[in-house]
Amino acid sequence: MSEDPQAPSALALARLMLTRDLKLASRKASQLVQPLAFFAIVITLFPLAVTPELAKLRHIAPGVVWAAALLSSLLALEFLFRDDAQDGTLEQYALSGRSLTGLLIAKTAAHWLLTGLPLALMAPLAGAALGIPNAALPGVLASVTIGTVTLSLIGAVGAALTLGVRRAGALLSLLTLPLEIPVLIFGARAMKLAIAARPYGAPLTLLAGLAVLGLTLAPLAVAAAVRINLE
Amino acid sequence: MSDSTLKGENVHLWRGDRHVLRGVHFSITGGHCLQLTGPNGAGKTTLLRTVCGLSYPEEGRISWRGTDVRADLPAFHAQLAYLGHEPPLKLELTARENLHYWVGVRRRLSKAGIDEALERVGAARWADRPVRTLSAGQKRRAALAGLTLMRVPLWLLDEPTTNLDTEGQRLVGRLIDEHLAEGGLAIAAVHHELTVSAQGLRRLELQL
Repeated sequence: MSEDPQAPSALALARLMLTRDLKLASRKASQLVQPLAFFAIVITLFPLAVTPELAKLRHIAPGVVWAAALLSSLLALEFLFRDDAQDGTLEQYALSGRSLTGLLIAKTAAHWLLTGLPLALMAPLAGAALGIPNAALPGVLASVTIGTVTLSLIGAVGAALTLGVRRAGALLSLLTLPLEIPVLIFGARAMKLAIAARPYGAPLTLLAGLAVLGLTLAPLAVAAAVRINLE
Repeated sequence: MSDSTLKGENVHLWRGDRHVLRGVHFSITGGHCLQLTGPNGAGKTTLLRTVCGLSYPEEGRISWRGTDVRADLPAFHAQLAYLGHEPPLKLELTARENLHYWVGVRRRLSKAGIDEALERVGAARWADRPVRTLSAGQKRRAALAGLTLMRVPLWLLDEPTTNLDTEGQRLVGRLIDEHLAEGGLAIAAVHHELTVSAQGLRRLELQL
């Protein structure tokens, strides 16, 4: 693209974007804590509402953990591009002469690190609280880790498309939730198999396949949607 | 950079059913600043955004150094800096960090380079305060520091003197003058006359 020797390399650029978003997040931690607190609260509601018996909870745990993860990732999405759109940062990215697609991938990666990964790390704890046996917890961790990658990517497309909409929350969930249903199905399936101490590689592979599909298609859609919103 | 010419030919643009830009023509070469004036809603911002490629004109073309900018937008963007109404700064970061992350996307910056740019706009004293705590004029100055750091030939400025004190308005004039002296070009949409040296100044008045 630009042969300017002064321009930072793609790698340096990705690092710049990541450190920027990590620093920004550290200065407004409430945005990060909110989705995690929401996740924890939803998880605790089930033993209260359904039954405190671990044997029964264990039965519904995969569905509960995944539905909670899905909703809480949705909560985090609103912040993905909103601030950058409002203060003109996205405009500067679009006019930087660098690949907007690349910049937005880096941004989405930072978003996953800040919201998807913490959620994945919390999932085994939530699972343990819902009576999932310790032996199955690696399966829980793997399923949520891989699944949230796809959630971040699909979510990024939705967030970019709804940039121009005020109070985009409801529209965002309408757009993204139907697309995220395969993640929910395979994610919960992997967890269920892990709990039953059966091999759960197949649904995990499908989850990974979805993540790769998202990784190839979503960045292009995100960049196109952002461009349309800037016009 | 003397061969740099930015040219707009017969640019038309509609916003819904409103014909905002009606056959705008302009042409400036290195060392010149085009001052865009006109009443509110005359399309000054629209023209700037069209020139930098954020909006697509329905008719006409914008050319840079003789080639249509649409032929290679990223290459054109690497040559221009656009400052909109709002300074593109993160409230949670300091002015210095903002420059690092904003301009750093375009070119490698040294600490000394950033210091010098901040010094130039009189921002050295509050460069390490979060932008949230700065006044609107101080934010504008920080944005101007970013502009000088980009080292690009073409500046597109939307109301660059907004919120600035008289000294700050002269600073904008001085920065543009220095930019023109290096062979750069600028287009500035303004409501108040820029304090730019007369020989480099060109004018374009848009009508409602």
